[in-house]
Amino acid sequence: MKTLVTDQTKCVGCGACEKACAALWDKDGGIKSRIRVTNGAEGNLITACNQCGECIPVCPGVALNRDSQGIVRLDEKQCVGCLLCVGFCGNLAMMMSPGDTTPYKCVACGVCVKACPTGALELANVDIHTVEGAVK
Amino acid sequence: MDITRGTILKQHGYEPRPLWRGYTDRTLHIDLNGLDVLEKPVTQEMKDTFTGGKGFGLYYLWKAVTPETRWNSPENAIVIASGPIGGITQYPGSGKSLVVTISPLTDTPFDSNVGGYFGPYLKFAGFDAIELTGKADRDVVVFIDGVSGAVSIEESPTDQSDSHILGEILTDLYAENEADKRHIGVVTTGSAADHTLLGLLNFTFYDERRKAVRLKQAGRGGIGTVFRDKRIKALVVRVPHVKGDLNNPVDQETINKTGVKLHKEIHDLDQKQNRMRNIGTANIIEVMDAYDLLPTHNYKFGSHKDTVNIASPKFEACVTQGINDGCWFGCSMSCAKAADNWELKTGPYKGTLVTVDGPEYENAAALGSNIGIFDAPTVMELNFYCDTYAVDTISFGTLTAFVMECYENGILNKNITGGLELNFGNAGAALELLHQMGAGVGFGLIAGQGIHKMKEIFARDYGGDPAFLFDIGMEQKGLEFSEYMPKESLAQQGGYGLTNKGPQHDEAWLIFMDMVNNQIPTFEDKAEALHYFPMFRTWFGLNGLCKLPWNDITPLNNKHEDEPAKIPEHVQNYVDIYNAVTGQSIDKYSLIVQSEKVYNFQRVFNIRMGKGLRINDRIPYRAMGPVTEEEYLSRAERYDKQLQELCGLETGNMDTASKMAALRSYRENRYELLTDAVYKRRGWTKNGVPTAEKLRELGIDTPELLEVVAKANHD
Repeated sequence: MKTLVTDQTKCVGCGACEKACAALWDKDGGIKSRIRVTNGAEGNLITACNQCGECIPVCPGVALNRDSQGIVRLDEKQCVGCLLCVGFCGNLAMMMSPGDTTPYKCVACGVCVKACPTGALELANVDIHTVEGAVK
Repeated sequence: MDITRGTILKQHGYEPRPLWRGYTDRTLHIDLNGLDVLEKPVTQEMKDTFTGGKGFGLYYLWKAVTPETRWNSPENAIVIASGPIGGITQYPGSGKSLVVTISPLTDTPFDSNVGGYFGPYLKFAGFDAIELTGKADRDVVVFIDGVSGAVSIEESPTDQSDSHILGEILTDLYAENEADKRHIGVVTTGSAADHTLLGLLNFTFYDERRKAVRLKQAGRGGIGTVFRDKRIKALVVRVPHVKGDLNNPVDQETINKTGVKLHKEIHDLDQKQNRMRNIGTANIIEVMDAYDLLPTHNYKFGSHKDTVNIASPKFEACVTQGINDGCWFGCSMSCAKAADNWELKTGPYKGTLVTVDGPEYENAAALGSNIGIFDAPTVMELNFYCDTYAVDTISFGTLTAFVMECYENGILNKNITGGLELNFGNAGAALELLHQMGAGVGFGLIAGQGIHKMKEIFARDYGGDPAFLFDIGMEQKGLEFSEYMPKESLAQQGGYGLTNKGPQHDEAWLIFMDMVNNQIPTFEDKAEALHYFPMFRTWFGLNGLCKLPWNDITPLNNKHEDEPAKIPEHVQNYVDIYNAVTGQSIDKYSLIVQSEKVYNFQRVFNIRMGKGLRINDRIPYRAMGPVTEEEYLSRAERYDKQLQELCGLETGNMDTASKMAALRSYRENRYELLTDAVYKRRGWTKNGVPTAEKLRELGIDTPELLEVVAKANHD
């Protein structure tokens, strides 16, 4: 399973990853990025989906499913906008924007990896069994 | 499938239109006498006074009936409405429907709160409420197609009655394909609704993971019996899609933020608190037993040595884990648990593998301890058949417990019961009694009348002592008590007795505040609680909400709040989402006033129907204290101590009968004093009539209401 792997010690908080993600994925031309960098007491914290799939069984609309590559994808047509997945993501990696009922998430496309100037992000093949709390 | 839709008897086209701030501003009236279909506007005055949901139901019911109307009068209406918040998907528990009618059990306006898809879908299809009056001349299905904009009244396509089959048939029939099944909501009843006064309504929701139609019940008050009397087989609604913003709220951002906050709270804390996501409300079975509150053998006792056999782990082992079990989209409380591939052991569906919904706590207590059955699989079997036959589990359990006590006291015998040995714990007899209700045969026909009518029959025909029957028959206003032992909590006696529709705990559940935590020691404290909580809980029914996410999960810091029993943070959540949907600006105080308007309207409505006075608020002594020596002696130490400490009696020289009489006098007197205090707090006279001043204060001082209260005070 391909997933985004982060090394927070290398992150300088420049936000290039967020800009690249939003530029590619926010069809409204806005700032909806699937990766988030926040400054905390212990340095920069990078948040993005690790494809664990905890959100899959809790989705009332059966809108979240794992694709053939192992990536957890949201079917927007099936989504009922309840945002349950946002509250139930243990990694806080299911994103939402304030007035919108459709959540969004990282699908490990790698555009942020290319944009990162310090090598803090990497796309790696990870065995799903090694992801904590993974739902197959 | 070879079943096709029945002949269309009447079709009415309408224009589907989007909601605006939680309302469609339109309702649907179907008169089954002439098969007339009428659209009605929702006025601002309706919203200001009645809010929605149960409020709209009572508003239309008042207009439909006269004081002479009974449950089976053609003009009696069944009104189903969600409420302005109903149908949002972000805040858990926001998909409820409220059903209102004149009940065959109580002869007064009744309301029942139910999950499933129908209420929210009715809104998405274009109507805030549906009113059903009259009686059809054949079995009909009413289909509201929110996709094409058409209401049709059709001949029923099947003779099938039982809900687990009929729900499936109609979902298949009206959905275009598998993917469309999630867009269908069905309301059905079951075969027992044709034969008993206990008939409930089942509201479906399609479970996409199980690929099965699930059922939620508007259980109490016999509404299904009225439904069948009107010869309605089912209501079906279909919508084009479900999205998170169909209510067109003013402020989606606040709804999102508030909803996600509660989702996260449930995610983080449910496992440490009530484990609703694992076993639903059944988590409290063993807790109730530990506090001597689990009704056992017709409420004689509050615990039993065998409770371990119906404790929550037994049911947790039966129900499927790890599946989202909300009865409306977005409910992360997920308490609508179900057992899959459950093989039935008795009855017409013996050998069939079915999905069994529940059991909820009430079912486990009603179908378990209260009738002396301490066997989880039997409770599951009873639960399944109650639902599919459309028998209210609570009334069934409580009335069967009453029948069993009458049987063990010799008031009933095998000749009367047609051979049923209705001793406590006889699972075979309890199941057979239920199957008789479904089939409309035998003693099931008598039991299906409910305790109130059985008391008359047993005294008149079988020589039962009316006073004893009144003491042990756990009904009030015609409705069977729900499943909590109120003997040691005066406030809960009021929570059951001083209610609008009868002894159902949805108005107030004060046992822990009162008995365990001693937070409301004085009559005034109890009266305040019996004002606040019934009003607060009424508000759920005005808005299409479920009560459970209010206090079956609590924020981490709740215990540090000034009034932790109110769950202040969650009250503010409700204020916030109401304002965010409707654009109004209520606060936690005006929220209570919204409820008071409807609550007092309902009280006056009861009086209009010839009830609703102090005499109707009496409760059987079994709810207050030990009726029999067996009960007294089982808790003798507790009762002796109370007589000594509270009544100043030296119990050493008293025999049991004298002690029982003294305790009874003390407790009955306290119930009267509580009644005085509660009526005063609610703004009612000593006879339980809302004063004209109170009606004026609430802005519901219409000539019609004033006339009712003036007449009651004059009489």
